Amino acid sequence: MDLNTVWFLLIWVLLIGYAILDGFDLGVGVLHLFARSERERRIHVSAIGPFWDGNEVWLLTGGGALFAAFPIVYATVFSSFYLAVMLLLFALIFRAVSLEFRGQVDSPGWRRVWDWAFGLGSLIPALLFGVAIGNILRGIPIEADHTANVPFLSLLNPYALLIGVLSLVMFTMHGAVFLTVKTEDHLQQRMARWASGAWTVFIFLYLVAFVATFFVAPFLFEGALGNPLFWILLVLLSAAAVSVPIAIRSGKFLGSFLASSIAIASTMGLASVCLFPRMVPSSIELANSLTVYNASSTPRTLTVMLVIALIGMPIVIAYTAYIYRAFAGKVAVTEESY
Amino acid sequence: MELDPLFLSRLQFALTIGFHFLFPPLSIGLAWLIVIMEWRGWRRGDEDYVRAGKFFGKILGLTFAVGVATGIVMEFQFGTNWAEYSKFVGDIFGAPLAAEAIFAFFLESTFLGLYLFGRNRVSKCVHWFSSLMVAVGATLSAFWIIVANSWQQTPAGFEIRNGRAELTGFADAVFNASTWPRFLHTFDACLIAGAFLVAGVSAYLIVKDNGAEVGRKSLKLSMIFGLVVSLLAVFPTGDWHAKQVARTQPEKFAAMEGLTQGQTRAPLAVFGIPSEEPPRLNFKIGIPGVLSLMAFGDMDAHVPGIEDLRGEGHPTPPFVLTFVSFHTMVGLGTLFIVLTVFGAFLLYRRKLFETRWYLKLLPWAIPFPLIACELGWLVAEVGRQPWVVYRVLKTQDAYSANITRGQVLFSIIMFGLIYLVLGVLYVYTLARIVKRGPEPLPAKEVH
Repeated sequence: MDLNTVWFLLIWVLLIGYAILDGFDLGVGVLHLFARSERERRIHVSAIGPFWDGNEVWLLTGGGALFAAFPIVYATVFSSFYLAVMLLLFALIFRAVSLEFRGQVDSPGWRRVWDWAFGLGSLIPALLFGVAIGNILRGIPIEADHTANVPFLSLLNPYALLIGVLSLVMFTMHGAVFLTVKTEDHLQQRMARWASGAWTVFIFLYLVAFVATFFVAPFLFEGALGNPLFWILLVLLSAAAVSVPIAIRSGKFLGSFLASSIAIASTMGLASVCLFPRMVPSSIELANSLTVYNASSTPRTLTVMLVIALIGMPIVIAYTAYIYRAFAGKVAVTEESY
Repeated sequence: MELDPLFLSRLQFALTIGFHFLFPPLSIGLAWLIVIMEWRGWRRGDEDYVRAGKFFGKILGLTFAVGVATGIVMEFQFGTNWAEYSKFVGDIFGAPLAAEAIFAFFLESTFLGLYLFGRNRVSKCVHWFSSLMVAVGATLSAFWIIVANSWQQTPAGFEIRNGRAELTGFADAVFNASTWPRFLHTFDACLIAGAFLVAGVSAYLIVKDNGAEVGRKSLKLSMIFGLVVSLLAVFPTGDWHAKQVARTQPEKFAAMEGLTQGQTRAPLAVFGIPSEEPPRLNFKIGIPGVLSLMAFGDMDAHVPGIEDLRGEGHPTPPFVLTFVSFHTMVGLGTLFIVLTVFGAFLLYRRKLFETRWYLKLLPWAIPFPLIACELGWLVAEVGRQPWVVYRVLKTQDAYSANITRGQVLFSIIMFGLIYLVLGVLYVYTLARIVKRGPEPLPAKEVH
């Protein structure tokens, strides 16, 4: 495996890490819009309180790593998706501060404003994450000189929106499963129902998206069908997808969280296998696509970055795991909570 | 001045980083002071320091949240608005940003969660360690960002090949000529910002007699700390940084010091009213030879002026803005020393907690280190113009060619509005936390 391929893999690992970790707290943010009482809302936010900030760093790391390893992709995608990126940033800004601000004034109106800010600040990124991936799978109008002009409204095409809703539903399911792990009694039962419901929609939308991809971007399957990894991931996805509702029904909530995480990882893994070696296909002419070879940094930079990642990421994963263990168990709303 | 995507992108960058840069200095300075408070609370079993840690921890949590919210923008803005820059420097510039995320940002974000919410879940030792990791992470974060920015100031470890800057030596790029002086000076400025925040808030607690016993301890701590770091800002960090600029970026140095004509025994301007085009320093009062001495350690050294450098074909930065920003920053730095020396003197004479006019003055001093930080950053960035990478790439060639005026106009207005709301709410929330004061001592259980 060459360096460029390694970095393609690592970028997707970071994105998958983001989807699994921030995925559940975005999902909890969406579900928090449907909480039935102030106490429930506090349980929702307390469940993710110690984690969400660290989880979001996966996105930043993905952005930084993309810049370092594939600067042409970083520059072309973000400048082409200008307004969409801005919308994402505005949502993330409000999301990050809303938990701090909401407890400051003891008035229901004030809290409602920040509840909405937190809810929409979670919903919009969950949706846009899929919209972005949908647009990349489908391809953007990249010219021969690797520049692209993409009108904002063209990003909201039916296929990308379908993938957007898929990611929203996937994160909502993941968040609901996470909450079944962290809560008890009625709330836990309701979250189990949410998780099962979201799971059904997820399976349905995934099948629709799979078929739609054959029509929208048939080139994605050209190389992929012969790749054993494609089939392995497909089997993994099927197994994980089947396990989620079974584990919920038998009360093995941690198991269903694991299954839901694997489902997310294999869903995104499949997308990446289909793309490879392209990073962003061109919708004008496939030959103009940005690939792991024509959009990358030099081998020297890729090597340096690999060393940084190999030293840094194991440490990150070790202390992240430690923190999750320190906060294991059901949520307790205390004076320190939001 | 035309409202084209280039100008608007520059304005947006100035706005978004200018606003963001209010929060990291506070977080970094505050985090280190909290490490000391928590250490004392833990090792001495001093309940007042534990309360101080909890109290300032709330401010840290708030400041950190706004810092994160506004910092995310920076990670993506190079791609959205500065695509040509990103393509040109990506081989070098992306690595420090990624390293920041991996080595620093994970550390501070993850351990902040443990610090804020885990007081009763882990041992006191681990809890103190989490505060240390927040401070270390925040500092490393500053280090990598300064590395990236320093490479723009004094690029090294690269060659121009295939129409872009390609890395030839990672260590040379990271430890370029300006990295250490700039990092140490900036880090020290952050510590000053933290010290003044703690001092101002503590003085308020004493004056209002709300948790005054906590306030007295944190005021004493921040006063001594503030004095040390205020002195370090001038010497050695400020002095070293100035010498480095003189050596590596003569255009910036000439503009900072208002030197239009190069000369030996160059005078240090202590007063002057600058004007642009042609750059002039009117009503100048200077001390002969001191600038040469400061810049090169030799009274007789020749310091090149704006006109010499232009004569050699080097474009020079905006003169008035660079000069005024630099001198205001220096003036503020002097003020910090005066304030903390006086406070330390009162402390020594055991009059600090009774000198009410001084205690009432301290809260008003909180914004000034932040203003000094902003001005220092202005000097660094404006003084580098018209280059985005010094003598390698011009700012005008760096922006995204595929974005429209309308798009940037929209985003800049949105950022303006959102940041206005955030700024107001931050100050409001901060004031509420301070007014509520530290939590009272837990009532002793009776057996």
